Amino acid sequence: MAKFTDDTKRRLDALIARYPTSKAALLPALWVAQEVYGGWLPPEAMQEVADHLGVPASDVAGVATFYTMYNKRPVANHRIEICQNVACMVNGADELIGYCERKLGIHAGEMTSDGGFSVERVECLGACCHAPALMVGSTYYENATEQTIDKLIAELGNMPSESVRPPQSQMPEQGEF
Amino acid sequence: MPVEQTQLLYRHRDVPGINRLDTYVAHCGYEQFRKAITMEPDAIIEEVKVSGLRGRGGAGFPTHIKWNAFPKNRDVEHYFIVNADEGEPGTAKDRDLMNALPHLLVEGCLCSMVAVRAAKCYIYIRGEYVEPWKSVQKAINEAYAAGFLGKNVLGSGLDFDIYTHLGAGAYECGEESALMSSLMGERGMPRLKPPAAPLPMISGVWKRPSVVNNVETAATIPAILELGGAKYSEIGVGSPRSRGTKLFSISGHVNKPGIYEIVLGTPFSEVLEIAGGVRDGHKLKTYIPGGSSMGFAPPTPLDYPFDYEGIPQNTQTLGLGSGGLMIFDETTDVFKVTHRLVDFYHHESCGKCTPCREGLDWLSKIYGRIASGGGREQDIDLIWDICDSIRGKSFCALGEGAIWPVMTSLRLFRHEYLSYIHHGRNTYSDAGQLGA
Repeated sequence: MAKFTDDTKRRLDALIARYPTSKAALLPALWVAQEVYGGWLPPEAMQEVADHLGVPASDVAGVATFYTMYNKRPVANHRIEICQNVACMVNGADELIGYCERKLGIHAGEMTSDGGFSVERVECLGACCHAPALMVGSTYYENATEQTIDKLIAELGNMPSESVRPPQSQMPEQGEF
Repeated sequence: MPVEQTQLLYRHRDVPGINRLDTYVAHCGYEQFRKAITMEPDAIIEEVKVSGLRGRGGAGFPTHIKWNAFPKNRDVEHYFIVNADEGEPGTAKDRDLMNALPHLLVEGCLCSMVAVRAAKCYIYIRGEYVEPWKSVQKAINEAYAAGFLGKNVLGSGLDFDIYTHLGAGAYECGEESALMSSLMGERGMPRLKPPAAPLPMISGVWKRPSVVNNVETAATIPAILELGGAKYSEIGVGSPRSRGTKLFSISGHVNKPGIYEIVLGTPFSEVLEIAGGVRDGHKLKTYIPGGSSMGFAPPTPLDYPFDYEGIPQNTQTLGLGSGGLMIFDETTDVFKVTHRLVDFYHHESCGKCTPCREGLDWLSKIYGRIASGGGREQDIDLIWDICDSIRGKSFCALGEGAIWPVMTSLRLFRHEYLSYIHHGRNTYSDAGQLGA
């Protein structure tokens, strides 16, 4: 079932207009598709992107599977992504990941049975000077502690999903072009 | 007497509202662009040449050489591309710059676009950087509204457009040719480089003249135009080939981690002091001078010029890199840190070339085996052998960068590897106190 609305297609056309070729709009188009499809890219989403951009579906699949931020499986409502790289690691990231795992009763890479939360190990977030850092949706939480995790889980439990990332619909429209 | 730390990029960093156009303009913003647009493109390139500016992204390649390779006409469209795919572990400067000073980046792009005769600019921002992306896009929109972008800018007859392009999580896309592939909607894999292929300045994205410069490089151009190349080249207290200031992200076991603008050539001990020194009650064990690909440096010497030349000469590491200085004190388990980096590079290898793809897979397995207590003494020779098979033989710099932390940690901390192999744990660091 196609999910792209006229508004989606208008957004895609605005993206295509930024580049000399429609293929170049593939990465931003996949972001839009991921938002429309609720945070991940099922094969139908890739097909819709391929159809609208006029590129082979195999190219779309090749690109979608290359980049880690395009999700190939359904994701939790709130994804707690904790940086595991060196600057965070020497400032206690592993302990923080362990705490989060115990608190939610899952291992890193898994989601809770109600699909509410997942905890994931991610690579350098570029927040090395405020380590350890984590990201939920598109928001960074720096100098994170166990209290940060407690607060996040308590507050996000009843909040709408932040898994759709980045929120393309929030993107400011480009000026004249 | 400590080196006087001239602030060029971060001069107005803490002015409230400097991310807005009105405040930025009130602090002389866009004045250098107004000047640049009246200048001959080659005159700008000449100023940059005289300034001695070298790429701030990691490779340190002289900016003017790239720019001078452009065709000197506008017969075909030229592209100016900004690399904001900051992913090198330990580096956080571009994120801060884009969050705090988006108009400085826009103005830098505009000045650079005049110099390379480009009408279009793409800023490639990594997927995780949603906040910086919004910040930069907002600045671009303000610049359109104010007439710094769009058609016939400031009555010059020239058109300028800047677009943001969001990546999607691939370290490899920070490599120049992979970034261009990604911008064209392909997988982020590197391409053949000169002399086997034409320069990107002749045939880059969409086979048109293109150049990729780091965020910080572009943001430095207004300062060079303001001071003049000659005056800019007087800044710097070390090597004659390392001029100006550079942003350093100082992280790890220091009292005041943060992003600092530091005059190139400042002695390393002073750089360390600027970040408050090693955290109280601890001492320096090792450090990574410029992003994880540069490798580990020994704790001595401390008094050497921290710049493009001083670092490799005094520490046996690759060099200044992206300016991601990570400090480790005596509680650090260097084997574990290296293991983490090996797994990082293994995950991020794009899979194009065999040495990097297979070599890092093997390294990751060997490190996993040693960490889990199954290590053998000959594993150390095996690691060296694999490094030797990657070194100078991988398609792009990722493979080369991956083995430097491995080789340098083995050279300096072989005893920690042996400790894992013989005792199943690191007896040289109190790993239990990590993060304390």
